[in-house]
Amino acid sequence: MYKVAVIGDKDSIYGFASIGVEIHPCDDTVEAVRDIRNMADNGYGVIYITEQLASQIEAELDTFRERPQPAIIPIPGVQGNTGLGMRNVSKSVEQAVGSDILSDA
Amino acid sequence: MAILNVNPTRMELTNLKGKLSTATRGHKLLKDKRDELMREFIDLVRENKEVRREVEAGIAKANQHMAIARSVMSDESLNVALMLPMQEMSLDISEKNVMSVNIPVFDIQYKTADENDIYSYGYAFTSSDLDDAVKALSDIMPKMMRLAEIEKSCQLMAAEIEKTRRRVNALEHVLIPNYQDTIRYIRMKLDENERANTTRLMKVKDMMLEEAHHYSEREQ
Repeated sequence: MYKVAVIGDKDSIYGFASIGVEIHPCDDTVEAVRDIRNMADNGYGVIYITEQLASQIEAELDTFRERPQPAIIPIPGVQGNTGLGMRNVSKSVEQAVGSDILSDA
Repeated sequence: MAILNVNPTRMELTNLKGKLSTATRGHKLLKDKRDELMREFIDLVRENKEVRREVEAGIAKANQHMAIARSVMSDESLNVALMLPMQEMSLDISEKNVMSVNIPVFDIQYKTADENDIYSYGYAFTSSDLDDAVKALSDIMPKMMRLAEIEKSCQLMAAEIEKTRRRVNALEHVLIPNYQDTIRYIRMKLDENERANTTRLMKVKDMMLEEAHHYSEREQ
């Protein structure tokens, strides 16, 4: 049985608690990295992370790309959509094809 | 032209021919794998982008409601309302094998029987905007799970495609040409040896006939 968590600034993630997702309020990158590593080893299947936080620890998140679990998925926070999530998808395309052939721009 | 460091012998030639046919077969198989993976991947990425757009819109909507709720309610009452969640979500992850890549399949499970049991507070002291925010999040949650599933699959497949592509290229541009060149080199060398041998035998025959019949003396 795997758990689902969401990590990011408190205002962005508070609502998720009500629908049964574990929330980990966190503003500090060091703490976030430690939290994510901890969760990765302790049976979390999906970790949603706000784009603001994700953009600060991108290198760390890349180390989880090729692991089957957890899936770390950036979502927009209260500060709005930064486009990081879409860029991540484009990154996969680039890795597979060699260039981003599916970009809308 | 790069040839391998081998002795030009018949045995080596047979070995190399075997290796070449194995490499060619492997190359064909890997190329098929790469093409099929790529086809699946492109479909998946298209869906990924679509779902992501929907999720991002849904979350933006929920955040709007949340912002209003926060502005009309005090921080304490908001904290209290969301402090003890009714619902707990967990996941069953099974795996699906697509061209030797194990992609995850998620199955959401809720603690309480009714998955719409999402309001963890009485309605007396909270704003209705909080209800809207929670409802919006709850509506988008299945999409978010699908997004997690697809996005992880995309990442795993991208890594596998990259690996396969490298293998195909290494076989196509390095290994197979090397084998072909080496086989050609050995064949030339063996042919040359044979010609050298024939010439030598003809010469020896001439010399032996000369010894027996003394042709050159008779001509004079």
